[in-house]
Amino acid sequence: MTAWRRPGFWLTWPVVLLGGLAVVLRRDNTLRELGFTLLMFAALASSLNIMMGYTGYVNFGHIVFFGLGGYTGFYFISQRDWPLYPALLAGGLASALVAWALGSAILRLRGAYFALATIGINEAARAFVNNFGPFGGPTGMSVNFAAYTRYGGAAQALWLTYVLLLLVAVLALIVSAMVKHSRFGLGLMGIREDEDAALVMGVNAPRFKTMAYVLSALFPGMVATLFFFKNGNVEPGDAFRLHMSIEMLVMVMLGGQGTVLGPVLGAITYERLRGFLLTSPIFKDLHLAFAGLFLLLIVLFVPTGVVGWLRARFPRVRGLLT
Amino acid sequence: MLQVRNVTKRFGGLQALTQVSFDLAEGQILGLIGPNGAGKTTLFNVVNGVYAPDEGQVIFRGQDITGWSPHRVAQGGLARTHQVVRPLNELTVRDNVMVGACFGRESHSLASAGRVADEVLGRVGMAERANQITSSLNVAQKKRLELARALAAHPYVVLLDEVLAGLNPTEIGVMVETVQRIRDDGVTIMMIEHVMQALMRVSDRVLVLDYGLLIAEGSPQDVANDPKVIEAYLGDPGLARRLVAEEAG
Repeated sequence: MTAWRRPGFWLTWPVVLLGGLAVVLRRDNTLRELGFTLLMFAALASSLNIMMGYTGYVNFGHIVFFGLGGYTGFYFISQRDWPLYPALLAGGLASALVAWALGSAILRLRGAYFALATIGINEAARAFVNNFGPFGGPTGMSVNFAAYTRYGGAAQALWLTYVLLLLVAVLALIVSAMVKHSRFGLGLMGIREDEDAALVMGVNAPRFKTMAYVLSALFPGMVATLFFFKNGNVEPGDAFRLHMSIEMLVMVMLGGQGTVLGPVLGAITYERLRGFLLTSPIFKDLHLAFAGLFLLLIVLFVPTGVVGWLRARFPRVRGLLT
Repeated sequence: MLQVRNVTKRFGGLQALTQVSFDLAEGQILGLIGPNGAGKTTLFNVVNGVYAPDEGQVIFRGQDITGWSPHRVAQGGLARTHQVVRPLNELTVRDNVMVGACFGRESHSLASAGRVADEVLGRVGMAERANQITSSLNVAQKKRLELARALAAHPYVVLLDEVLAGLNPTEIGVMVETVQRIRDDGVTIMMIEHVMQALMRVSDRVLVLDYGLLIAEGSPQDVANDPKVIEAYLGDPGLARRLVAEEAG
């Protein structure tokens, strides 16, 4: 059965696309900023889910791909004066390439050892960028304000970035849904459930894992290029925040790992919660503590997340909630 | 179909297999017996690529497959089941079998794998459980699922590792019939089994392993009457007599 014949395929990305377009029609800057954050989180969580939810490899270093891809894209925009579009591709491809190289080394590790290695890589990448001259070392890089005139001024550039992010996020969701309902995805889920058994059944696990890793790295690189282009500058501290990796894990776990819808639900819920905590006078310094507590509660009580819980509770909607 | 030549496998100081050689002819059921720890499962693991042998060769359909990784061996048409069942728990029964069909010898697309899965599940009597989550099955059902997954690959040879263990007599009867039917469909079978009666009934030939050595090979009757086999299982039958004689003398 091809992916688009499944009802579940049509559940997630069209809603996100329509919601995102509605913001464009309203032309509301505040709404756009909120939409930007939501789409960014949804794309990041969905791409992490390909590795963590489908393949079963918990990745604490997903933000590495955000950092390195973003740096690469931003380098081309600010230092080489490339237009945004090819830089966007360059950012994604750079992350994918890094994942391919890293994957051949660390995907031999399983379970907790893989997770630990991914934390190490995050620190290594930050240290590297901190000392890498072309990327501006510890001070990073910034884009000349004049660069935005190419896109009709800063205000127009912000809208353009938003629309591109919407496209990238929708693409990430479509890819996620297609993987989920493909032969490739079935192989990944076999690896998740029992890698040795999958090998014995003929799944080329080393290649499948590398492909999943590369695919999951592509989107953070593109998202980050847009994010830093919008910010106008990039520095190591912003690009490689370990806690963002953990926040992504919370989103995936909260919504339901291994599902297409879950990471999106998780991203929206977590963003709203974070927004509330950051602005509330009592909790404003504690939002990460809450993220940790949240993760603990999910792992203990609803390990399958919201979507998993719904699927178990209402068996009739199983086919739809994929 | 399958030739194993002088295979030796060591784990540190433990000699798990010593110079094991045998042939598996097309269309046969070859039984593999031996006391616990004799190296039976290790032999399967060497044949299907989970372990590379330290010495010797495995030749499958005229091709030297020694040291191939398990997924390549599987794609070549050699499937197996596991002694301790290894279901893909969070997937449905049908999905489990589809993995076998998609990545086995015939590399089916998802759609045709679905059809193969339905057909195979019918064959092993699991059709009505196709959409159940695998973790909800009992042991007998999981064993049948292991078998279905292996068969969905449409392999030339299937290695069955104790598919009867843990089943009650009725379930054993059903499973034995299933195994015979698979052979009649043209699949060559090699099976490890502890349920002797059943094994003796279905096997064309039997191999006996003891401490990693092949100590006997032949028809079920010959093997059952071989003094070396009886000794391996029950101890030396002459020993008691000699001890008594020594006491008396």
